Amino acid sequence: MKQGTRIPALAKLLPFGTLAGCAGMQSALQPTGAEASDIGTLFWTVTGISVLTFLLVLAFMAGALKGSPGLRRRISDQRTIVACGIVLPVFVLSGLLTYGLLVMEAGSTRTASAEGPGITIVGKRWWWRVVYETPDGREVVSANELRLPVGRPVAIRLETEDVIHSFWAPQLGGKLDMIPGRTNVLTVEATEAGISRAQCAEYCGGAHAMMAMFVVALPPDEYDAWLAAEAQPAASPVSALAAKGEAIFAEYGCGACHTVRGSAAAGIVGPDLTHVGARHSLAAATLANDRDAFVRWIAQNQHIKPGNLMPPFDMLTPEELAALGAYLDGLE
Amino acid sequence: MATSADPSLDDRETESRRDPADYEIPNPQPRPQGEEEELLRIWARPRGWRIISAVNNTVVGIGYLGAAFLFFLLAGVLALLMRTQLAVPGNDFLSQELYNQIFTVHGTTMMFLFAVPAVEALGVMLLPQMLAARDLPFPRLSAFAIWAYVVGGFAFFSTIFFDLAPDGGWFMYTPLTLKEFSPGDNADFWLLGIGFIEISAIAGAVEIVVGTLKTRPPGMSLAKMPIFAWAMLIFAAMIIFAFPAVILGTMLLEIERSFGWPFFTADKGGDPLLWQHLFWFFGHPEVYIIFLPAAGLVSMIVSTMARRPLIGHDLIVVALIGTGFFSFGLWVHHMFTTGIPSLSLAFFSAASMAVAIPSGIQVFSWIATIAASKGKFRINTPSLFVLGFLFIFTIGGLTGIMVALVPVDFQVHDTYFVVAHFHYVLIGGMVFPLFATFYYWTPMVSRNPLSERVGRWVFWLMFAGFHIAFFPMHLTGLRGMPRRVWTYPEGVGWDTLNMVSTIGAYIFAAGVLVFVVDLIRRFRPVITGGSSPDNPWQAGTLEWLPSDVYSTRSIPLVTSREPLWDQPNLSKEVEEGRHFLPNAPTGERETIVTSAVDGKPQYIIRMPGPGFAHVAAAVFTAAFFLLLTVKMVTLAAACAVAAVVAFLLWSWGLDKGPGKGEVDIGGGISLPTYMSGPSSHAWWAMVVLIIVAASLYLSYVFSYLYLWVVSPQVWPDAASSALPDAVWPLASAGLVIAAAGLVLAAGRLLPPPGRKSPAVAVCLALAGVLLVAALGLNIWSHWQAGVRPAQDAYGAMVYMAAVLDGQLVLAVLFLLGVAAVRSVVGRLDRVWRVSYENAALLSWYCAAQMLVGLVLVNGFPRVAG
Repeated sequence: MKQGTRIPALAKLLPFGTLAGCAGMQSALQPTGAEASDIGTLFWTVTGISVLTFLLVLAFMAGALKGSPGLRRRISDQRTIVACGIVLPVFVLSGLLTYGLLVMEAGSTRTASAEGPGITIVGKRWWWRVVYETPDGREVVSANELRLPVGRPVAIRLETEDVIHSFWAPQLGGKLDMIPGRTNVLTVEATEAGISRAQCAEYCGGAHAMMAMFVVALPPDEYDAWLAAEAQPAASPVSALAAKGEAIFAEYGCGACHTVRGSAAAGIVGPDLTHVGARHSLAAATLANDRDAFVRWIAQNQHIKPGNLMPPFDMLTPEELAALGAYLDGLE
Repeated sequence: MATSADPSLDDRETESRRDPADYEIPNPQPRPQGEEEELLRIWARPRGWRIISAVNNTVVGIGYLGAAFLFFLLAGVLALLMRTQLAVPGNDFLSQELYNQIFTVHGTTMMFLFAVPAVEALGVMLLPQMLAARDLPFPRLSAFAIWAYVVGGFAFFSTIFFDLAPDGGWFMYTPLTLKEFSPGDNADFWLLGIGFIEISAIAGAVEIVVGTLKTRPPGMSLAKMPIFAWAMLIFAAMIIFAFPAVILGTMLLEIERSFGWPFFTADKGGDPLLWQHLFWFFGHPEVYIIFLPAAGLVSMIVSTMARRPLIGHDLIVVALIGTGFFSFGLWVHHMFTTGIPSLSLAFFSAASMAVAIPSGIQVFSWIATIAASKGKFRINTPSLFVLGFLFIFTIGGLTGIMVALVPVDFQVHDTYFVVAHFHYVLIGGMVFPLFATFYYWTPMVSRNPLSERVGRWVFWLMFAGFHIAFFPMHLTGLRGMPRRVWTYPEGVGWDTLNMVSTIGAYIFAAGVLVFVVDLIRRFRPVITGGSSPDNPWQAGTLEWLPSDVYSTRSIPLVTSREPLWDQPNLSKEVEEGRHFLPNAPTGERETIVTSAVDGKPQYIIRMPGPGFAHVAAAVFTAAFFLLLTVKMVTLAAACAVAAVVAFLLWSWGLDKGPGKGEVDIGGGISLPTYMSGPSSHAWWAMVVLIIVAASLYLSYVFSYLYLWVVSPQVWPDAASSALPDAVWPLASAGLVIAAAGLVLAAGRLLPPPGRKSPAVAVCLALAGVLLVAALGLNIWSHWQAGVRPAQDAYGAMVYMAAVLDGQLVLAVLFLLGVAAVRSVVGRLDRVWRVSYENAALLSWYCAAQMLVGLVLVNGFPRVAG
């Protein structure tokens, strides 16, 4: 359990191992956000109407094939075609359209009510840079995990630095694309604390399948405390092994691509690692977050997530990898 | 009067005013000896390897359909590979790289190489038979389109075996597909493959429009036309308006990839969303382009199996037209999640729901017809597939309404819910009707029908497999599984559903496999000899008339929508040659051209027979583009030259001239054998082609204005030195107008029949020179003003106008050149003038387009800036 959240012991999930017991954590049918709830109700309404319509068509087909001559005569009346093929759909579709637009309108109202600091998510191939704004206006750069306060609508600015991606956290609400040259704003409001999964929904080439992340909704006070902690520089290594790992990290130039605030590492090509050990996953929800996973990732990342920009450091000795794992896992 | 040899216009008008009841049909006299033998000789199919030169619609139609079906099987195998990979989480049966290629090739092949060509093939194969025409009006054009498609299609598909296949998705979104993110040739192969499909789709559309409007049998007014012909006419019209958008899109993308003109690069004022607009402006109508012909086939089969005319026929025609119309107002529903303003969302949401209404009309009309069957509705394999279609398509339509609701789409867009939805619509709406078609029309082209007993197995395996495969995907998507992922983690709630889908896919494939086995066992095309069964379903339309290689023995006078039901003895009379054109009066391939609306006979069209020039043109065109893609420029240029030579050889003989005078076609009437002006099929084809070119240019104008709205900062303002001085565009405009005037003058100077006219040749040649000069001056004026195409979106758009004008000018030069040479050798005069008319029409359109371009590119920044 990391960072004092109230989330049950899901922290050590194995995203590409087993998620037993978490089925539904990416389901639009189990909303934990305001927009997803509204859409869920709309969805079930239109599903109900669709089932009824389908049964009507089936009944007509059965009547046409097997019905009595009288019934068949009524089905074959041109007025029936006009009633069922034109009049009925016009009424039903008009009602549905209006309902749908009202749900959209509710979303716009939520957007208007989103005050306070926002969050920017930048799509990268194939991970997410997540930049929080603190109440005093500073930016806190993080990656591959989104934390949200429960009950507070948050405006999320969606951008990309390469191709088109799409941010989608189904339990919170609908998706919105990240498009070069544009900033789209998605407003989400988590209605209950918990952890869910978000995934890139627009095909972005190569490892698109492995561009996901966990979304952690926290009670507002815990969220504020977490954000304050996230804004701090990295913790110093607490063990000799971790300290050795820090040295190896510097020696192999990891800082050219990664930032660890409070150290010399200030690269911006890859994810910010300042508090990487506190996240629920590695490599955009590709691996669990533990020492072994760090070791595997560093040495075999091209096998795990082909095409990603990080070179495989398979020349490192097991001892060096273990030290790096200890260091990174300790960055909480 | 009918025997008069005077081809004056007055007589022809009298002719078209005649009431069909006045025709002396059936001809009372017995037919002369040897007449049928002559027809057989004239329409004989080439034997042996020479079959590749064949143009008979029954031969090329079967080849076309066979190739399309082969692509269906190949893309289906790719689908099975994907389903195998996704059967279990974290699978490594396929690599990420290969999976991405496979889903791209699966989608591209199914949409471009299977679905559209398959319905075009059905048009080529069935339309002439339904219209009792001896062939389509431009037999070599269809054959050319098919060869281009076959060569291009297989070249595209084979890239999957060389790790060269595109991997950007069938929708090829930019910037993922730009050079920066897709540096290999893979994406170019996609553009190449699509290029061929564009060519063949447009060629097919020209053929189908002119075929349905001009080659119907005498008496068949539009109101009496079979519903499938209506569907194909609307299908072709939709291709004419929809394909140009994707043609422009693919041109822009290939140019940006090759030369860096930044149409889609946001940093330079381009916009990735421009691609999405162009792609979906084509892509959504595409769905209905595939569906409408299938709906037409269903209407035909339902009516036959119910043994009665379609109920709600007129409503269905209105529904077909309405679908075609609405389908152009839906494209943004593929872009609901791109962050466009909510007013647009509301509009496109409403339009997307409205399109459900025409489909509802059709569904209830079919059910009404089934209910009104004489006796019971016949249940056999074709009708089972039709009922299966109704079942599946209704579900697909209803989930379509769900995704038309913007908030629901926010959730399910780009998930397996959408994968389920469009497979319900496309497999339900197109593949099931296609299989119904295979079973229903096989007896028309094969000595044996397909097996009814095996057919039941095929249907139930496909029907059950389909639902087992695709129904769970609705849930998979709602549970959050995105599309286009090569693997997924365990335990998110997708494992069991995916396994079930995979099992269903294999059951579906088993059904298709059983069909293929039956096809191999039973299908014996009559083009290899023998004859087909006689109207086995007791259908009412003309394709069930007795026929041979020349199509029907004589061309019937039609007085009803279901002539075989309402005109007793028609089959016998037609077979005895007692209707129109029982002979070959010009000694060549010919069919009757009738007026577009009421089907009055107008003239006899003399059609080309087998040849190699169009085959060579197709092969060299394909080779040119292929070699260009792999950067073998010299060889590519050689192929381009060869292709042009082939086109010249092909087109030289087409304008056959009035030499044969008028001929007697039976029924007491004579018709001319040559026609120019708006009655001629060539004029219609050129007008259709011009509409295509105009659609293409409209897409360009849209793109220009769209990029200006997105990035006004890269456009020069009115005072900018980047705008050429007004004198240059005015001079260009003067040259263009002078060229158009010279073409007009050439028309006035055409000599009397039999004379040669160098003056005409000079006028036409000079017109060509002026057009080239106008284009060159236009390009130079922007260049000297310092504008470069790669600098920003403005520069790219300026030079793109010149590219579009340039390709048109090339086509005009070709036609002007041919006409000029003909006038020198005495093959162009006041009567023998179709070559001139075609060249003139296109050059006037070219002049108009260039003038619009000058106003837009030079005027718009001055007004808007």
